[in-house]
Amino acid sequence: MTLAHLPALVVVVPLLAAPLVVLVRRAAAAWAIATAACAFSFAAAILLSAEVAAHGPMSYHLGNWPPPWGIEYRVDALSAFVLVLVSGIGTASALYAWRSAAAELSRDQLYLYYVMHCLCVAGLLGMTVTGDAFNLFVFMEIASLSSYVLIALGRDRRALLAAYQYLILGTIGATFYVIGVGLLYLATGTLNIADLAERLPQTASTRAVLAALAFITVGVSLKLALFPLHFWLPNAYAYAPSAVTALLAATATKVSVYVLLRFYFGVFGLRLVTETLPMAEILLVLSLIAIVTASLVALWQENLKRLFAYSSVAQIGYITLGVSMASPDGLTAAVVHLFNHGITKGALFLLLGGVALRAGGATMGSVQGLGRRMPLTSLAIVIAGLSLIGVPGTAGFVSKWYLVLGAIEAGRWWLAGFVVATSLIAVAYVWRFVEAAYLSEPGPATPGRGEAPAAMLAPALALAAACVFFGLQTSWTVGSARRAAELLLGGVP
Amino acid sequence: MKRQMVLRVVGKLFIPYMLLFALYVQFHGDFGPGGGFQAGVIAAAAIILYALIFGLPAARRLAPDPIVEAMVALGVLLFAGVGVAGIVLGGNYLDYFVLDGDPVAGQHRGIFWVEAGVGITVTGVMLKIFYMFAGRGRSLDER
Repeated sequence: MTLAHLPALVVVVPLLAAPLVVLVRRAAAAWAIATAACAFSFAAAILLSAEVAAHGPMSYHLGNWPPPWGIEYRVDALSAFVLVLVSGIGTASALYAWRSAAAELSRDQLYLYYVMHCLCVAGLLGMTVTGDAFNLFVFMEIASLSSYVLIALGRDRRALLAAYQYLILGTIGATFYVIGVGLLYLATGTLNIADLAERLPQTASTRAVLAALAFITVGVSLKLALFPLHFWLPNAYAYAPSAVTALLAATATKVSVYVLLRFYFGVFGLRLVTETLPMAEILLVLSLIAIVTASLVALWQENLKRLFAYSSVAQIGYITLGVSMASPDGLTAAVVHLFNHGITKGALFLLLGGVALRAGGATMGSVQGLGRRMPLTSLAIVIAGLSLIGVPGTAGFVSKWYLVLGAIEAGRWWLAGFVVATSLIAVAYVWRFVEAAYLSEPGPATPGRGEAPAAMLAPALALAAACVFFGLQTSWTVGSARRAAELLLGGVP
Repeated sequence: MKRQMVLRVVGKLFIPYMLLFALYVQFHGDFGPGGGFQAGVIAAAAIILYALIFGLPAARRLAPDPIVEAMVALGVLLFAGVGVAGIVLGGNYLDYFVLDGDPVAGQHRGIFWVEAGVGITVTGVMLKIFYMFAGRGRSLDER
């Protein structure tokens, strides 16, 4: 009986936790409530994922109003997979915040931090689980507004400017999305995603539908930081509190990719997206530029958080590259990389937060000789870095493998070569860390001997271990991604 | 503006009716235009008017900060709580049909509490925003 309510509870519990945290105010109780709520969602997401794998998609009717009139929550292979990622990272980030947020924020702001954390996680989970295009917009706003606040809580005063930049661009993105949904509603008279997909082929006003596709593409691309709409991202990631950077880098852009997948394959359909319009070609070109330019820019960054922020833009390029292939292997690569990159970047930013706490900042100067001063952290950063490059045995390899397979399957050998060649740029920027941490003498900015507090190190190491685990044990990730790809390609002809 | 007699008298005359009107808009939302959001804004406007005439400290004594902040949270909790009540009573989340033996009465009951939650939160948020803006740049005891 409870299982049937999980699609709603997975979102409702963190949403309910937010006002509770406001009422209790005490930092310790706030942390406990937020962490418990995120952990509940994580457990619920795992149960849902198992249930969906065994018995197929679940549909939950909010308020007992049947769709398409009422709001439907829909859990299928794709959304269950994304739910596990978002709630898992949300839990890790909440656990990490116990020490990290306490060190970076003033005491009277701490409970507000946990409120925003809960709201952000609830919003992202809601975006993933909802089957209603307008409800998705509402959750997008909940997640976005709370993430602007979270970024602005950063210690550096530039965090305010970064949050403001993201606020402007994020709002434009959300507005474009809702204009697109409005046009779809105009053309079909429905907001339910499954119903939209059914009615769109019969609609006469193709011009409105094309405009909707354009608006939703641009709006969601802003949110997922597709080149050249990524300018908000490096500053936002660099100046946000460490726990927030990890949360946003691992989940926010990934959920936006999920929305793009839903709309391209679940609403507009392959024919409209790839045959009527050259969306696949546009995505392909933008992804290629994103991968090359963002990786090159990352090479010259002195601030490690900025370095890996630019690397995120490049990695999102790999995901959209997989989307642009619109083939089973391409989409499997996109979905699996969404997860693998999520845990990799989550691990990296959590680890860098530990360095920043000990050294007062994560710059190339402060990691000189870090291999001797913080051996565990350095080793874990290298492991996550290897996963970023895509070395066999790590999670990153699995996604690149399917990306190369997809390229070869499409007969584009040059693209396969491109994926391998651009990984070399990732080798270069990860090497910069290795060189500084292991081959240089400790400098004046390097922290003294000793690791980050255990409460911070444990979730970070767990994610770094997950990078290796999901590099060796691929049946769950690749299996889920493959089912998701089949679902996306089989949904609409 | 405490010394302006016209403002003071008109304000004292208006504010009770504004609050009453807020309640009317709140409870008439079932049948006509209105509801929690509008009612919350009107109720907050009454207190903001009081603050404009009698000063921010007086308004803060009338509606103290801890209560305002609790209202922000309580309204959301009430809204979401109605949803959970639906599950507890054997329906889906936000299912109003099961809130009463008669489905129509259940719908009424559900929307009544949900709108009450909206009203409480909107009043709280409006006042919180006003307090934060009006309190900027003042020293702590002035606030």
